[in-house]
Amino acid sequence: MADSLNNLLSKYPQNDEGSLIPVLQQTQGLYGYISKEAIEKISSYLRVSRSTIFGVTSFYSQFRFNPPGRNSIKICLGTACHVQGGDFLLNALQLEIGIEPGQTTEDKRFDLTRVACLGCCALAPVMMVNNDIHSRMSVIKIREVLKKYE
Amino acid sequence: MSDILAIQKRATEEWQALQHSQHPVIYIGMGSCGLASGAGAVWNSVQKALLKSKRKVDLIKVGCIGPCYLEPFLDIQLPGSPRFIFNNVDAERAEKLLDDYLFTGGAKLKPLGHLGAPEGKINGTESFWDLPMLKNQKRIVLRNCGIIDPENIMHYIARDGFQGLINALNMGAAGIIDELKVSGLRGRGGAGFPVFRKWQFCRKAKGSPKYLICNADEGDPGAFMNRSLIEGDPFALLEGMLIAAFAIGATFGYIYIRAEYPLAIERLIKAIDQMKNSGFLGKDILNSGFDFDIKLKEGAGAFVCGEETALIASIEGHRGMPRTRPPFPAISGLHGKPTTINNVETLGTIPNILRKGGEWYAGYGTEKSKGTKTFALVGKVRRTGLIEVPLGTTLREIIFDIGGGTYKPFKAVQTGGPSGGCLSKDYLDLPIDYESLASAGSIMGSGGLIVMDEHSCMVDVAKYFLRFTSQESCGKCTPCRIGTRKMVEILNKITEGKGVMEDIEILENLAGTINMGSLCGLGQTAPNPVLTTLKYFRNEYEAHIIDHRCPAAVCRDLVEYRVIKEKCTGCQRCVEVCPTGAITGPRSEPHNLDPEKCIKCRACYEVCRFDAIAGDAIVIE
Repeated sequence: MADSLNNLLSKYPQNDEGSLIPVLQQTQGLYGYISKEAIEKISSYLRVSRSTIFGVTSFYSQFRFNPPGRNSIKICLGTACHVQGGDFLLNALQLEIGIEPGQTTEDKRFDLTRVACLGCCALAPVMMVNNDIHSRMSVIKIREVLKKYE
Repeated sequence: MSDILAIQKRATEEWQALQHSQHPVIYIGMGSCGLASGAGAVWNSVQKALLKSKRKVDLIKVGCIGPCYLEPFLDIQLPGSPRFIFNNVDAERAEKLLDDYLFTGGAKLKPLGHLGAPEGKINGTESFWDLPMLKNQKRIVLRNCGIIDPENIMHYIARDGFQGLINALNMGAAGIIDELKVSGLRGRGGAGFPVFRKWQFCRKAKGSPKYLICNADEGDPGAFMNRSLIEGDPFALLEGMLIAAFAIGATFGYIYIRAEYPLAIERLIKAIDQMKNSGFLGKDILNSGFDFDIKLKEGAGAFVCGEETALIASIEGHRGMPRTRPPFPAISGLHGKPTTINNVETLGTIPNILRKGGEWYAGYGTEKSKGTKTFALVGKVRRTGLIEVPLGTTLREIIFDIGGGTYKPFKAVQTGGPSGGCLSKDYLDLPIDYESLASAGSIMGSGGLIVMDEHSCMVDVAKYFLRFTSQESCGKCTPCRIGTRKMVEILNKITEGKGVMEDIEILENLAGTINMGSLCGLGQTAPNPVLTTLKYFRNEYEAHIIDHRCPAAVCRDLVEYRVIKEKCTGCQRCVEVCPTGAITGPRSEPHNLDPEKCIKCRACYEVCRFDAIAGDAIVIE
């Protein structure tokens, strides 16, 4: 892990707090999450305290502190999705895969996040698995959709 | 300037060649809504069929043309014929269309509309712009969306792209600001501050360098106007940024864009590259001596970063927390330097104003709200999608004429996102402009219009928004941090049927405190959804509190599902989908639903083809 993170960091100027968010985004892109070790490395490179980094990381909903599953499910709870039954979708999904938002299934097949809006409001309710957006979802389509992702 | 003339000539030739192409051209709508409806599969199947046929056909990606409910779109343009649009195309239908129009011939499948002229029929097909959803729209900022290839700068230039910039460079900063003043353009991010004034402040401010920031952190849930504009016509935004930067004297600009919009980001990166290669970005733009460069900053997911001082903090690498103003960013913004922050739609509109004049733009709209505005028309309305109308258009015209009305009786429309409010049917004739919406207790906001029918519970909607703002509150101001949480708790109690009448009073009190005691717009406006629903739908609160029932049968604790014996055919579909085995019964006999086991997931309700499952509002004793 150390090498690729060093590589990534070397593309940014040292001691520069302004690069913190892009660095965290790239780090998450690399490992799927922000580990304690990564925070320590970033801290000494950018000269930003670990507590500040934790503060920034936990502030933004994009960052996660635990490893993601093989497939990432994002369930949209925007207003349009909400009025079209997004909550029911989330409940049914939680039941189906047995985890709550922010968690990863034991077999690492899925992780689940809820997002504020994916911007496909006209096709609500929607959910996103990896990079595929599934539109006009319903409780009964969940199983069929999940089947495509191993 | 000679270079630009040469580029314009080349662009026009390329565009004309495409319009009058000697071989067929196929356009596929590949915006996020198109892709979400399966445009990717359509693209692949068309590509495969064309490869197999070995026929020379141009295949072009375009952005979203507006009526998302008809996605995916596929347009066919045969030699000597205009572009015909087909809707709801899937891979299979695409193959049939190709067969029908390109291969075996016959052209028997009927198109939705043509793009040959703004009105009138061609070969018996109506103009696309004459369709009920489009007829009353006025597309200024969206003029290129769905028409041009958003990844080809030549298409943009051929349609008078960068003409606004050329005019602006000739007019000088003072001339630009004057033109904007005449246009009456107000910030399209929601607050509606006059754009010319914002620019004037920044232009006069001392300090260097100056920064321009485009706020593309479209955080309002239920809104996607900025995403569609960037995906469909990224150059319009970038040209607007060039004009803004020139006017305020900035040499560097940022686009702060949501990470949730990967396609928009990709299109911007490509557009910026092409502009650099053609001399529209970088040093000495169009030999005018004006330098400008743009960098993308991906937001990391925080609604509060739509607030300008929070956005600046986020670009600087901090937690996105607002600070007190003054000093305003125009005086002391990014890195303490004068900074102007404009919304995507504002910037995308500006090239049009500089191209056709402020007076022309001011010809649309009302006295105080000039021009046009885009709206994301969504929710329980028949025709969902992205629209652009002159300000002053009434809610009724938008929802019923453009949107085609609702399936079930209309109940409310929510404007302005989490800072806005829900308006009842009594307000349908309200003209949409900044002042009218504010006087009704809502706001214009960035342009989300969420339509609700009688199956929407207004207490639930208020709870939804408060839950959202309480989660997104940055935590700096106690009234917002704690107050919104408290409001959610009370609303939870009410939707569980455990509320008391005093709760309404507490909600109203809290609303006042949160409004007065919060630093930024997020907190100040957070109570609006509760206040407006209390004002226009108080009877629903009372039904939950006094009668312990949810009239819309939405609130889970107040709903019970049952099988309607007379309608149930015993088809077993619900038995199969029920996750807890609450429904039982042999085939061909009415099923039983055990309320003890039912978790109210609604799967049976959705799967039933005979309307034999009822969600009843129940009364908790």
